[in-house]
Amino acid sequence: MDLEQRADRRGFSRRAFVLGALSATTASVLAACAQPSSQPATSAPAAAQPTPAATKPAAAASPAAAASPAASPAAAPAASPAASAVAKPAASPAVAAASPAASPSAVAGGAPAFTINNPPPVASADQAKQFASQQVSYYGDSVGLGHDIDTALSNRFTQDTGIKINLVPKPASATDTFAQYQRFFQGQSPDLDVLMIDVIWPGSLAPNLVDLNPKLGDAAKQHYPNIIDNNTINGALVGMPWFGDFGMLFYRKDLLQKYNIAAPPKTWDELEQQATTITNGEKGANANFAGFVFQGNAYEGLTCNALEWLASTGGGTFMDESGQVTINNPQAAAILNKVRGWIGTIAPRGVTGYQEDESLNAFNGGNAAFLRSWPYVWGVVTKPDSVINGKVDVAPLPASQGQPVGTVGGWQLGVSKYSKSQDAAIEFVRYLTSPDVQAYRAVVGAYVPTIQSVASRADVLQIEPFLQNLQNVQRVVRPSKQTGDRYNEASTAIFQGVNQVLNGQDAAQVLPGVQQRLQRLAG
Amino acid sequence: MSVRAETTGQLARARPRAGGTGSLAERQNGLAYALLAPALLVVVLVAFVPLFQTIAQSFTNARLASARPVTNVGLKNYTDLLTDGGFLHSIIVTVEFTILTVVFEFLLGLMIAMVVNSNFRGRGPMRAAMLVPWAIPTVVSAQMWKWMYHDIYGVINDLLVNRFHILSSNIAWVADPATSIPAIAAVDIWKTTPFVALLLLAGLQVIPSDIYEAADVDGASKVQQFMRLTLPLLRPAILVTLIFRTLDSLRVFDVFYVMFGNRQDTQTMAIYAQQNIVAFSDLGYGGAISVAIFLVIGIFVITYVTFLKVETT
Repeated sequence: MDLEQRADRRGFSRRAFVLGALSATTASVLAACAQPSSQPATSAPAAAQPTPAATKPAAAASPAAAASPAASPAAAPAASPAASAVAKPAASPAVAAASPAASPSAVAGGAPAFTINNPPPVASADQAKQFASQQVSYYGDSVGLGHDIDTALSNRFTQDTGIKINLVPKPASATDTFAQYQRFFQGQSPDLDVLMIDVIWPGSLAPNLVDLNPKLGDAAKQHYPNIIDNNTINGALVGMPWFGDFGMLFYRKDLLQKYNIAAPPKTWDELEQQATTITNGEKGANANFAGFVFQGNAYEGLTCNALEWLASTGGGTFMDESGQVTINNPQAAAILNKVRGWIGTIAPRGVTGYQEDESLNAFNGGNAAFLRSWPYVWGVVTKPDSVINGKVDVAPLPASQGQPVGTVGGWQLGVSKYSKSQDAAIEFVRYLTSPDVQAYRAVVGAYVPTIQSVASRADVLQIEPFLQNLQNVQRVVRPSKQTGDRYNEASTAIFQGVNQVLNGQDAAQVLPGVQQRLQRLAG
Repeated sequence: MSVRAETTGQLARARPRAGGTGSLAERQNGLAYALLAPALLVVVLVAFVPLFQTIAQSFTNARLASARPVTNVGLKNYTDLLTDGGFLHSIIVTVEFTILTVVFEFLLGLMIAMVVNSNFRGRGPMRAAMLVPWAIPTVVSAQMWKWMYHDIYGVINDLLVNRFHILSSNIAWVADPATSIPAIAAVDIWKTTPFVALLLLAGLQVIPSDIYEAADVDGASKVQQFMRLTLPLLRPAILVTLIFRTLDSLRVFDVFYVMFGNRQDTQTMAIYAQQNIVAFSDLGYGGAISVAIFLVIGIFVITYVTFLKVETT
C-alpha cells in the first residue's frame, strides 16, 4: 500500500513536471516568435525626428556589409559574393534596421512627401498591365528596413498593374546570397525572376542573366555611366542600378575647428598632417585616440580601400579595361608604403584587423578624427544617442592626382534567364529603378541614388546632405568585369598582398607577386 | 551406462545442424540484417555518396555554375597541392594551433576536473556554471572576444593598461601577427576547457575511492597516487578526450573565420578549403584539398591509437 501510494505520487509529480516544462517552453518560443513582428510596428515613424539624422544605416555598404553589433550572426562573411568568402562578418546593416525609417514628412519645395507606406505610382502601368497574368519572384533585400521598402513597392506595383510579386528576402550575408544564386543557376531554376546583384557580380553571373538593353536601354541612360558600364558584359546590360554606395571620408569638424584647420584634407599628405596635429593634441586626454581609421583586414573591403589609394595617386586600378594587370607600378608601391607608415602613428596598429564595424565603432565612440567608410555611416553618427552627433561632416577622399575618387559599392537588379515571366519581371525592374522610386528610397531609407537628377533633388539632399559636396567624386570600379567568375581569386590576391604590406612588408617586394597571381587568372 | 547414452543423445540433437536454415540464431541474424538495411541505406546515401563524389571531383577541373565542360585532369590537382605554399602554410598554422590548444586544454581541464570531482559545497552549481563557455555558440563568442581584443575600445587592453598597469600601451592582439595565434588559442582554450573537464570528470568518477584509502594506508604520497593510480585508470578517458579535441582542433574553422577572415598568414586547412570551394567556386581543387585534410587528420588518429593503445580485455 505504502509503496503504491509513493509510486502514484511520484508519477503524478513527474507528469506535473513534464507538463510544466512543455508549457514553459511553448510559451517562451511563442514569445520569441512574437518579437520580430512587433519591432517593425514600433519602429514606425520615429515621431518628431527632425532632419536628416533619422535615417539609419539602411544603405548597405555593399561589399562591406558591416557587421552591425545587433545584427546577424557574425558568421556571415560579408561582401562580395564570392569574395564573400572573404570573411566579412555579416550582413548589411539593413538587417540592423531596428531603427525606424525616418520619414520626414515636410519637404520644402512642393515635391511630394514620401513616407514608407506611400511609394510613388507605377509610371509605366499601362505597358505593364498586358503581362498581368504572370507572377514574379523577387529575391529582394534582407529582413529589416530594406525588406519593408520592398514590400511597399511590391504592393504598389501589384495594385497598379495586376502582376503578383512573390517577395523573398535574401540572406543577410552577400556570400550566402551569391552561393544561393549559384545553386539556382546550376539547376536552371525558374523559381527566381528578379534578383539583387552586388556590384562585383555581373561578370560572374552574366551568362545566367537576361540582356536588359532592348527594353531598358533608354532608361539606363539616366544612370551614372560608370555603373552602367560595370553592368554591361560583352555588350549585354545584365543589371539595372538599384542603389549606389561609394567610399567617402567622414571627419570630426569640431576637432578641425579646435586645431584651426580650415578645411578637410585635399591630398593624402594633408590628411597625414592634419591627423598628426589632432592626434598629438588629443593623445593627452585620450590615450587611445587615433587619427585615421579605415578597413585594413584581409577581405573585400580592403580591395575597395586599396583601389581608392591607387586610383587617387596615379597608381591605376589593379587592371585596365582590357584585362591587363597594372598593379605593379611605382606610384602604387609608393602610396601603399605611405599607408604602411601610418600604421602605429596616425592609424592604430589594429587597423589591419578592422572591417566596417570595428572602424565605425572606433569613430563613433569619439576615438578617431577621420574615418573612411560607406554612406550608411551617416545614419549611425547622426543618431541622437551617438556621442559625436552633430560633430561630423563628410568630404571626398583625398587625392594627390586628379579628381577625388570613391570605390563603387551598391547593388543592381537583374532578371534571370531561366525565368518563366521575363516580361513582367522586366517591367517590375523598370518600376523599381525609375527616378521616382529612387527618390522615394533615398528619402525613406537613405539609399544613395544612381541617377544624377535624383541626387540633386531638395528632399534627397535634406536626408543625405553629403551628396552635395561629393558630386564631383569619380566612381571607380573593381576589376570584376575583366575577371568574370574568377573575380574572387583576383580580389583575394589583391587584399592578401595589401594586407601583408600594411602588416610591415615592403610594397615593392609584394606587388610583383600579386601581379603574377593576377596574371595567371587573366590568362 | 544408459544415462550417459541418453545425455549424449540429447547433446547430439542439441548441436546446431551445419548449413541448416531452421536454427533460431541464424533466423535472428537474417532478421537483424533486414531491419538494419534501411538505416544502412540512408547512411550510405547521406555520408558515402557525397564522400565519393568529392573524391571523384578532385580528379576533375569542375567549377560551380560554370558553362565550361568538366574534364578529367587526373592527379593534377594533387600535384598542384604539393607545391601550393598557401596550403602547406595552412597545415603548419593548424598544427601549431592544435598543439597549443590541446596541451593547455588538457592540463587545465584535468586540474578543473579533479577539483570538481572532490566534494565541496556548491559543487552542483559549479559544474553547471563551468559549462557556460561551452554552451555559447562559437561564432558569438568569437565575435565577443574580437571586440574584447580591440586595440582602441577593447576591455582586455583597458584592464591591462589602465587598471592593472601591466602593459604600458595597447597591443593590437588580433592584428599583430606575433600575437594572433596565441590570442585565438586563448579564445579556444576558454571555450573548450569545460568540455575537456567534463569528459575527464566522467572518467574520474568511475575510479573507486577505496583504492586511494588503500594507498594512504600503504604510505603513498598524493603525487604518487596521482601518477600511479589516477592517470593509468584514467587512460581510456584521456584517449577519448585527446582524440576528440585533436580532431576538432585540426578541423577548426568558425573562430578563425570570425576573427581573421581570409588573412593569408592565419589560414587554417578548413578555411583554405572553404575559400577554394565557396569563394573561388573551384570544386576540383577544393575536393583535392578536402581529401588532403582527411589524410592529414587520419595520420593523427592512427598516431594516437597506436601510441595510446588501450588493451581490450
